[in-house]
Amino acid sequence: MYTRALIRLAIGLSLAGFATSALAASADDFKAAYAKAEAANKQAGAVKNQWTTTADELKKAKTAADAGKFDDAVKLAQHAEALAHASIAQAKEQESAWTQAVVR
Amino acid sequence: MLRKIIVAVAIVVGIAQPLLADNAGSPETDFKMFRDYFKSRFPKVPMNDFVNGPYSMDEGLRKQWKAIEEFPPYEFAVEQGKQMFATPFKNGKTYGDCFANKGIGVRQNYPYFDTKSGQVITLDVALNQCRESNGEKPFDYSKDDMASLTAYMAFTSRGKPMDIKIPNDPRALDAYKKGEQYFYTRRGQLNFSCASCHVQSAGDHIRTEVLAPALGILNAMPIYRSAWGGMGTTSRRLRTCNEQVRGVPLPAEDENYRDVEYYLSYMANGLPVSGPGARP
Repeated sequence: MYTRALIRLAIGLSLAGFATSALAASADDFKAAYAKAEAANKQAGAVKNQWTTTADELKKAKTAADAGKFDDAVKLAQHAEALAHASIAQAKEQESAWTQAVVR
Repeated sequence: MLRKIIVAVAIVVGIAQPLLADNAGSPETDFKMFRDYFKSRFPKVPMNDFVNGPYSMDEGLRKQWKAIEEFPPYEFAVEQGKQMFATPFKNGKTYGDCFANKGIGVRQNYPYFDTKSGQVITLDVALNQCRESNGEKPFDYSKDDMASLTAYMAFTSRGKPMDIKIPNDPRALDAYKKGEQYFYTRRGQLNFSCASCHVQSAGDHIRTEVLAPALGILNAMPIYRSAWGGMGTTSRRLRTCNEQVRGVPLPAEDENYRDVEYYLSYMANGLPVSGPGARP
């Protein structure tokens, strides 16, 4: 009974360890996420609608990557990419929506 | 009989439709609507007082401003600008040689649409053009020397009514419309437009600040701003606005900024130049 419990615990711990190592982000993961975020932010720049928060998140992502914290770095880069896409969507929506606000 | 009525209605609609389309959104119509909006929203504010921005909206602030005006913080900039204006370039010419009436009392005519270049020329741009055409390096558009020069030029124009023209050139109308679009377009993570603060929320508070009305908002430029601890130009103010809504500002005197200055200055036609100003 005691042995079985130990075996189960060992299996459980090894599975957990495997899962953790499988989810841990690498430098390459960061580079890919960062490149996607930068590309989206460049697109926002083309429509003259970048957000300061996107640049902040990109900077934080780079700092985390430089410190070897790739999990954090990837998350921050993904957040930056989401912000960049939101700013592009805003610019697109405002192309026509601005007229609704004009004083009439 | 029914056929006659239908034909008559069709003719009337056919004639009226293009007329309405021509007038809707024309600068003249915009001007009237803009003016009417502020008049009806702030019936107690005299029209010429709108150029005093937040001080036209709040009695307490107005008292502080009156006290500030006894020793105005922009005075040094006016003095410096006056000296700079009188000092010849290396080639012996002066700023005055680049402007009508030697540059005295001309602020109310800026910005204007230059039909040669097809661009809106602000006073700041005209000053740098003057420098460059006389072999001098251009100034930074945000503060310091540029703010001093424009402060002096505004000071010599105080009280003169804004007189912005839109020449009969489709590019000029396009620049005006682009300026209007920029003014009403929401941007930045906070999703604010210029109009969100200065039309819809004019006179309201953001923390301790009173939001200035858009009507005549540029007449006081350049301004000494306590938040900056110094003088700033229209470009500086627009860039700060963009940053405050978490948007990345455009380069100073970007085409969009010049166009929005053109639009707002046209809306302020007839209102007196009050610059340089002092703001919280």
